[in-house]
Amino acid sequence: MSPMMQGIITVVVGVGGCVGYFFLSNLILDKIIFPPKPGDKGRNINRAEMVRPWLFLFPALFALTLYLVYPVVGSFWRSLHDRSGDAFIGFDNYTTMFSDTAFQTAFFNNFMWVLVVPAGATFLGLLVAQLTDQLKWGNIAKSLIFMPMAISFVGASLIWRFVYANTPEIGIINALRDYVGLLPIDVLQIPFWNNFFLMVILIWIQTGFAMVILSAALRGIPEETVEAAIIDGANPFQVFFKIKVPQIMGTIVVVWTTITILVLKVFDIVYAMTGGNFETDILPSYMMNFMFRDDGRATAVAFVIMIIVLPVMVWNIRQARKEMQ
Amino acid sequence: MENIAGTRPALAWVTNISVVLLVILWLVPTVGLLVSSFRDRDQIAVSAWWKSPFPVEQNFAVKANLDAVENSDGLFVIEGNIFADEGNEAGEVTAFGGKRTDPTGAQPGETATLARDRTLVVRANGDYVYTSPAEIKRPPSIYFASALPPDFSLDNYRQILTSDNMDRAFINTLTVTIPATIIPILIAAFAAYALAWMEFPGRWLLIAVIVGLLVVPLQLALVPMLQLHNKVGIGQSYLGIWLAHTGFGLPLAIYLLRNYMVGLPRDIIESAKVDGATDFQVFTKIVLPLSFPALASFAIFQFLWTWNDLLVAKVFLPSNSESWVMTVKIADDLLGSRGGDWGILAAAAFISIAVPLIVFFTMQRYLVRGLLAGSVK
Repeated sequence: MSPMMQGIITVVVGVGGCVGYFFLSNLILDKIIFPPKPGDKGRNINRAEMVRPWLFLFPALFALTLYLVYPVVGSFWRSLHDRSGDAFIGFDNYTTMFSDTAFQTAFFNNFMWVLVVPAGATFLGLLVAQLTDQLKWGNIAKSLIFMPMAISFVGASLIWRFVYANTPEIGIINALRDYVGLLPIDVLQIPFWNNFFLMVILIWIQTGFAMVILSAALRGIPEETVEAAIIDGANPFQVFFKIKVPQIMGTIVVVWTTITILVLKVFDIVYAMTGGNFETDILPSYMMNFMFRDDGRATAVAFVIMIIVLPVMVWNIRQARKEMQ
Repeated sequence: MENIAGTRPALAWVTNISVVLLVILWLVPTVGLLVSSFRDRDQIAVSAWWKSPFPVEQNFAVKANLDAVENSDGLFVIEGNIFADEGNEAGEVTAFGGKRTDPTGAQPGETATLARDRTLVVRANGDYVYTSPAEIKRPPSIYFASALPPDFSLDNYRQILTSDNMDRAFINTLTVTIPATIIPILIAAFAAYALAWMEFPGRWLLIAVIVGLLVVPLQLALVPMLQLHNKVGIGQSYLGIWLAHTGFGLPLAIYLLRNYMVGLPRDIIESAKVDGATDFQVFTKIVLPLSFPALASFAIFQFLWTWNDLLVAKVFLPSNSESWVMTVKIADDLLGSRGGDWGILAAAAFISIAVPLIVFFTMQRYLVRGLLAGSVK
């Protein structure tokens, strides 16, 4: 059976199965388990109402538990075992990993990514949002800067391979160097700085995201505060930094943390650009070196990523609870 | 703001120009890729894509036709046209030469003097005259530079689709994407309705858990879930990747849809319930149709994410070349085997980003709305 046919059948079975499940389970609940019989009609309806939310939630909770909750435990457990998964070795995978210089490089690089990419994307996003909001053709400009969001990390990497290519006939950077009489270089092989050339790609992609959210936040600022500042003689820079930015600080933090989380997950760019060579590995790409080879080590890296994400997770949950109350 | 403070023309100019520069900066890499994907591979190697509308100067070498030797008054002469000889594309000769060490030393029309009193004249249209006082035994070489007109074609696309199996990868990507987009929507919609409009103990806890799961790195799920898939017999397969994408997409789906549904007017839902509608009816007849914008937002997100995904496809699909999706094909195959063939790479990349770009530009409204609803405020 061709995968395409299999896909169509899966869609039909999946969608039909879902609708069938919800319809039948509701029917069974109302008609068979708790039928509103004369006598205890009210009681049975109430009981059915207590069960029903769980009918609605069951498929989602089942999938979430299986694919996201269980792996947290499962990965941790696996990381305590050796390569084959048979012998329990405690934290040996972690101690080996921490003393591995490649891991230290990846960790340090990832730390730089976390510092630079969210800051760069948020700053540029804010800049573009502020500038385009005053233009007639602002929406077109926004949509063009937002466009890289639709491009895959692999596609974006290929696009930037053109920019970074080490021949002046193909790469813009080397064409510029050639123009001023410098010899071509491969920017992806310059130690340390090559990391920043990789970060540029993710900043290029994420600026659009930051821009969209911050632009909405800027528009939500009460007009009076800006008017009052202008009447008091504030110049445009003061209006922006002293009146507008403080009012959207909450949104800036949200954008910043969202991109930070992303930075800890994206392995595609490093994988497609350098394959982790020239000391450009970050944790997600470092992990893929062990995937399929040593699952114990791979899960240990994954768990380290989880620990780094944990504070953001806690903060998100607290924000969400605050918002709901 | 302008209307309050009065417009400042200088500032407006600075704003306009900086935005123009930013937009150009943002577009240049993609435009380069698009232009290169249509160019001939030889032209890519010698002239930059931003010079592609102009003729490309390339160096060639041909052998003069030995059969055309004529002996006039003791002088051996070969006449011909360098473009006719080799089937080279007709162009304009910009320089020529008769020696390997000096292939472009003479201007068209000039007479170049070669070793042993031989001479060579090449005109701009390619006509040449080669003379030698002694008999010509081996066909002499003529070197020339020619300005070829820009060569744009769909050849790269044709090649990548027919002989490089990119068409197969395209179908595979589509096969992964469609079920992985549709199935989570339905599951999430029911759960979101329960979390938004049904009262039950533990509701807030569940919402908090889902917010927490939004940021769980999916790297954690790779090893344990692949093991589980192997154990239950799914293995590395399409079914496996559909299930995996469904699981990974659910937190965002539930979160987005719940946020939207909670904002629907309470009156409509309550009056329907007073009129005797069951929760199932309220959901399918009222809430689901009203939530269309949120459903569309999530569908676009999930579509872009599954289409562009590399990690999940590498882990949950078989690693043979028949089941490569486009991202895997590019990253694991083309970048290695076609590393220097920029035209082919560009065409491949553009095939893989074309569909997301179309979706992006036609449905941008929903995407923006989804982004705004999806970030934890």
